[in-house]
Amino acid sequence: MKSGFPERAHVALRDMQLRRNLALATTTIRGKRAAVTGERGDWEELRVAGAAIKRRVLRHLEDYLLQFESSVQRAGGSVHWARDAQEANEIVVQLVRRTGASEVVKVKSLTTDEIGLNDALTAAGIRPIETDLAELICQLADERPSHILVPAIHKNRVEIRDLFRREFGLPDLTEEPTELAGAARAYLREKFLSTAVAVSGANFAVAESGSICVVESEGNGRFCTTLPETLITIVGIEKLVPTLNDLEVFLQLLPRSSTGERMNPYTSLWTGVAPGDGPQEFHVVLLDNGRTNVLADEVGRQTLACIRCSACLNVCPVYERTGGHAYGSVYPGPIGAILTPQLVGTAEAGSLPFASSLCGACAEVCPVKIDIPQVLVHLRGRAIRERTAAGAGERMMMSAAGWALAGERRFRWARRVGRLVQRPFVRENKIERLPGGLSGWTMTRDLPAMPRRSFREWWNGR
Amino acid sequence: MRVALFITCMNDTLFPETGIATVQVLERLGHDVVFPKAQTCCGQLHLNTGYHDSAADLARRFVRVFVEEEIVVAPSASCVATIREFYPYLAEQLDDGALAEEVEALTPRVMELTEFLVRRLGVTDVGSRFSERVTYHPTCHSLRGLQLGDVPLSLLRAVDGLEFVELPGATECCGFGGTFAIKNAETSSAILESKLENVVATGAAVLTAVDRSCLTQIGGGLSRMGSQVRTLHIAEILAAAP
Repeated sequence: MKSGFPERAHVALRDMQLRRNLALATTTIRGKRAAVTGERGDWEELRVAGAAIKRRVLRHLEDYLLQFESSVQRAGGSVHWARDAQEANEIVVQLVRRTGASEVVKVKSLTTDEIGLNDALTAAGIRPIETDLAELICQLADERPSHILVPAIHKNRVEIRDLFRREFGLPDLTEEPTELAGAARAYLREKFLSTAVAVSGANFAVAESGSICVVESEGNGRFCTTLPETLITIVGIEKLVPTLNDLEVFLQLLPRSSTGERMNPYTSLWTGVAPGDGPQEFHVVLLDNGRTNVLADEVGRQTLACIRCSACLNVCPVYERTGGHAYGSVYPGPIGAILTPQLVGTAEAGSLPFASSLCGACAEVCPVKIDIPQVLVHLRGRAIRERTAAGAGERMMMSAAGWALAGERRFRWARRVGRLVQRPFVRENKIERLPGGLSGWTMTRDLPAMPRRSFREWWNGR
Repeated sequence: MRVALFITCMNDTLFPETGIATVQVLERLGHDVVFPKAQTCCGQLHLNTGYHDSAADLARRFVRVFVEEEIVVAPSASCVATIREFYPYLAEQLDDGALAEEVEALTPRVMELTEFLVRRLGVTDVGSRFSERVTYHPTCHSLRGLQLGDVPLSLLRAVDGLEFVELPGATECCGFGGTFAIKNAETSSAILESKLENVVATGAAVLTAVDRSCLTQIGGGLSRMGSQVRTLHIAEILAAAP
């Protein structure tokens, strides 16, 4: 059987350094988010507005997409439609080849991770260079990002120092943050000045104007979107907003939810091509890659409202313990647990909807009010129906429980059987070891034994 | 008032003392408690584990058993949250218009015990006496599902002799999550670890909550580590008479 969340979590949970890094980082971001959302008297109204705008976009997605296409073309850009990852990668590779470039600089983008663009470029002899500091760290370490917003959250300073010493040939580098950032800066500045093509994703794409909006903290993204001659932007079709005015809502919701800042340091907005200023060739690749399937499901479609803020990761008790790699997906945490199975199917990611205690902390912080627990439960139903989760043992037990609970007499009978069956396991009124599929419980927890008299028997005897 | 008790399958089977305490509290306040015997389970186990056909059968059964009742009270926030949040979902998925209507009519009348006492009856002092140091874990379904806020706390504060001590990191999940605790046992246990540390740090003799399910997780962990902290459902504290 393919490795799922429990198997990957098993590995992650043993990495105590990872657990400390994660606990510290998520606790810090959590506190900052709570402070900057709490100070806004209209935070709930902003959430309601964000949710409403995104849901309107999803209701009329076809119209907004066509409007966006003509807006981009009017502004001097080109639009390409990609059904899936392969199509998107082929389009990008062809566009880069046409320029003759052998390297591209990249703005941090989850969507390009989703389609595996770096591998496709590398296979085509084109070297992708990540320019977001944390993405660069992951790229140099040949690791997958483990957080939507803080891709190298699983690494601490010392680990990064060792990596940079090796990769940049700087044996005397210390773990001082300014020195680490300086080393990366020296490397990246040279790349910004010498590279002719950039690839970006988009936080928002504006239908009325054809504008693209990217928010970031470091300014490296802005180097990418202004210095090279050619800019290729890959946009998931759900990233649209109707008008520039709508950004008013999202540019407040996003930084406060994600980094816990009132405003992010760099917000770049560009529209098509401006002669003599910035990239003179601009391409947008509109990506489906499973999104229209998500849209077709009435309960699941709210997932497409996500603005990738990662607030749900930072409050999630599961993510805080296991980190992002346990999800085995570009999108980790609660949002990944609902988005990935819908994009790639439950056969690929059937264990993810079960990787949650359904505590609801995610829904409470979601800036666009996605009912993540509801979608998790919905997808659990799909995984069981499609037989892509749970073994025969669980199915048998759940059938038996369903049968026993379907009638009062059966329930009474099942309790009598339970009392008999538990006998060999009970010591001093508790069970310390259970067999088979139930052994997971008694690994760390005792279970009280079933008492001789149920509530019902007490009631009948009063 | 006639109050129909939904005891929940877990309390019925594993924790009869919670049900008995619930009856005692309600009767002490002068209510006429009835126990519809055809009741079994709200379907939460099957729903949250993905077996939605069985969950729907149990939801239909619940509605059939309680549809005539004016008020249904359950000593479990997670079961009430399941009924309130997910019965409409199940009816919608089944495309069962009749069930949807019955659910819409019934769910506002299904209440968690402390919610019923404080929000419906306006009672916080139920006349109990309990002279111990107690800490309280607000379960996720009571906090973020039913939005109970400090409803249970207001009852605890009115208990004679009770010394209340705040639980650090109280609003964080205990890691139970039903079958999550078994299917993802290691992650569940890692989450539980933090909760156990916080409970022990309070120096409380008793940990209480409005859900026996979460208390089974935390209590199971406490028992395994040899801690002397006991777990009691809030009804058992409220039932303790002077």
